[in-house]
Amino acid sequence: MKSGFLTLVIAALAVLALGAVARSSDPLLVQQAVLVGAVLVLALVFAVRGTAKEMSNDTLAKSGWQGVAKKNTPLWVNEKYSDTVVRYGVVATAFWGVVGLLVGVVVALQLAWPQFNIEPWLNFGRLRPLHTSAVIFAFGGNALIMSSFYVVQRTTGARLFGGILPWFVFWGYQFFIVLAATGYILGITQGREYAEPEWYVDLWITIVWVAYLLVFLGTLFKRKEPHIYVANWFYLAFIVTVAMLHVVNNLAVPVSFVGIKSYSAFAGVQDALVQWWYGHNAVGFFLTAGFLGMMYYFVPKQANRPVYSYRLSIIHFWALIFLYIWAGPHHLHYTALPDWAQTLGMVFSIMLWMPSWGGMINGLMTLSGAWHKLRTDPILRMFVLSIAFYGMSTFEGPVMSIKSVNSLSHYTDWTIGHVHSGALGWVGMISFGVIYFLTPRLWNRSRLYSMRLVNWHLWLATIGIVIYAAVMWVAGITQGLMWREYDPQGFLVNSFIDTVSALHPEYVMRMVGGLLYLLGGLLMAFNVFMTIRGGAWDQQEDGGSTQQTDASAAPVAGAGAGNAAIA
Amino acid sequence: MTYDFLRQFADSWGLLFLFVFFVGVVVLTLWPGRQQQFDEAAQIPLKKDDHHE
Repeated sequence: MKSGFLTLVIAALAVLALGAVARSSDPLLVQQAVLVGAVLVLALVFAVRGTAKEMSNDTLAKSGWQGVAKKNTPLWVNEKYSDTVVRYGVVATAFWGVVGLLVGVVVALQLAWPQFNIEPWLNFGRLRPLHTSAVIFAFGGNALIMSSFYVVQRTTGARLFGGILPWFVFWGYQFFIVLAATGYILGITQGREYAEPEWYVDLWITIVWVAYLLVFLGTLFKRKEPHIYVANWFYLAFIVTVAMLHVVNNLAVPVSFVGIKSYSAFAGVQDALVQWWYGHNAVGFFLTAGFLGMMYYFVPKQANRPVYSYRLSIIHFWALIFLYIWAGPHHLHYTALPDWAQTLGMVFSIMLWMPSWGGMINGLMTLSGAWHKLRTDPILRMFVLSIAFYGMSTFEGPVMSIKSVNSLSHYTDWTIGHVHSGALGWVGMISFGVIYFLTPRLWNRSRLYSMRLVNWHLWLATIGIVIYAAVMWVAGITQGLMWREYDPQGFLVNSFIDTVSALHPEYVMRMVGGLLYLLGGLLMAFNVFMTIRGGAWDQQEDGGSTQQTDASAAPVAGAGAGNAAIA
Repeated sequence: MTYDFLRQFADSWGLLFLFVFFVGVVVLTLWPGRQQQFDEAAQIPLKKDDHHE
């Protein structure tokens, strides 16, 4: 039934794509429709196969052949919570994570050696938004959606609301990713950072996002737990605010309904301010509030201790959402934006220190009295490292928003380094931890395939981030100082290309850091895949002892067995 | 609904509303006697690992 509906939706979308090809005189739209059509045909094949499988399972179950039916029963039958969509989310998160990191390494390579720009589809200008969208929206977005579906069910005691609606959210979101990604490669863009997709993709994701909000709110409404746990507050703030930001920033008038191009409803500096109001709150609500929701559930869970201070969590929640929304103008220092607005953005950014560090302290202190667990639990180590990076980048950010510091750092690689210490350190590490936490539980395995690989992942990623951030500081400050260097006559000393060639060694090192981080991601994808298949590689005397003692853990599945035993 | 109206509203009543709201949240959160309520709320994720029952 579920897959049957899915098949219908995909078929309808394929017809739409065909229609666009037939009606349009816009060559870019035609190219994209063909690409997307190909992806949809592939999806259709899988959906039809899924329907066939489901139907045969139903028939078996009804026929009363208990033995056969049981053997063929997928492990998600008769579950208390809707977890299959979360399982798909875990796999999608790991997949898009690897893709996004890979594209990141490729663009780093192109910056170090411009010969690797392959015109026209794979040059830096097109791959760069592909990288940022893949890591933020494909990897981060899937991590947020799947973890919110998991957390809201566990903390409310209710199943996901909306029947097939969560599935629409999941597949609709993947479709958005494909639409956006194929568009970038073909050169379709609005030119708004982190909001590059054109108007028709914006409309589609709005529909999907409203469905997401409905699923989340509906589940909260039918909760059995009277109190709404604080993690859900953060997730809800993330969903609601992102909806508002997305709609306002993408207000635009399409040139034609069968063409890709649109024009923004705003002009000039207003347009820039709306864009950075969106852009900075994408950081504040997508990459911060949502992931804090993760922190408030998974860190207490993995440490097996309640959050350090529930009061602090409430106060820092309200402080965070009241302050973040005003910080955007710091992206427009020394531009046409009025001076008072720049100063306002700076002051609010500095005030953000308090709620940010409130969150960091609350996360880290959750371990107070349980620090010894760090010695044996690499997943907990990942969480702690992630919170530490959250603290560091939310310290660095306000410093960089101060106008005098910004006059040195703006438009330089320092900004890139800052973004990556937040993205690789905070967002990446906490998502990896959540994937490692969820995989054995969701697939009914008693443990991960390998804890040693988790440790390897942790260290590869950490060393990668440290290299990345350190060389980008050096690069950024070099660049900033070279740009403002005058000779005694008052002429600029360096031309732009001088700064580019001066940064070559740092660019190569940055690629190495990214490569290490990607390697860690590949180890994770392998580990997740092998855990799903079942079985174990290493002895688990130390590593996953917390995992082992988990009361809910199901009996160990036979090594290599595809189907876990169901209690 | 001109720009000037919105600007003046934001500078006066809007500012007051947000400020009072925030102070209210802080007072309610720090109100003595709510400790037990918060302790219970903090236990929600740890209640049971309701995975496969």
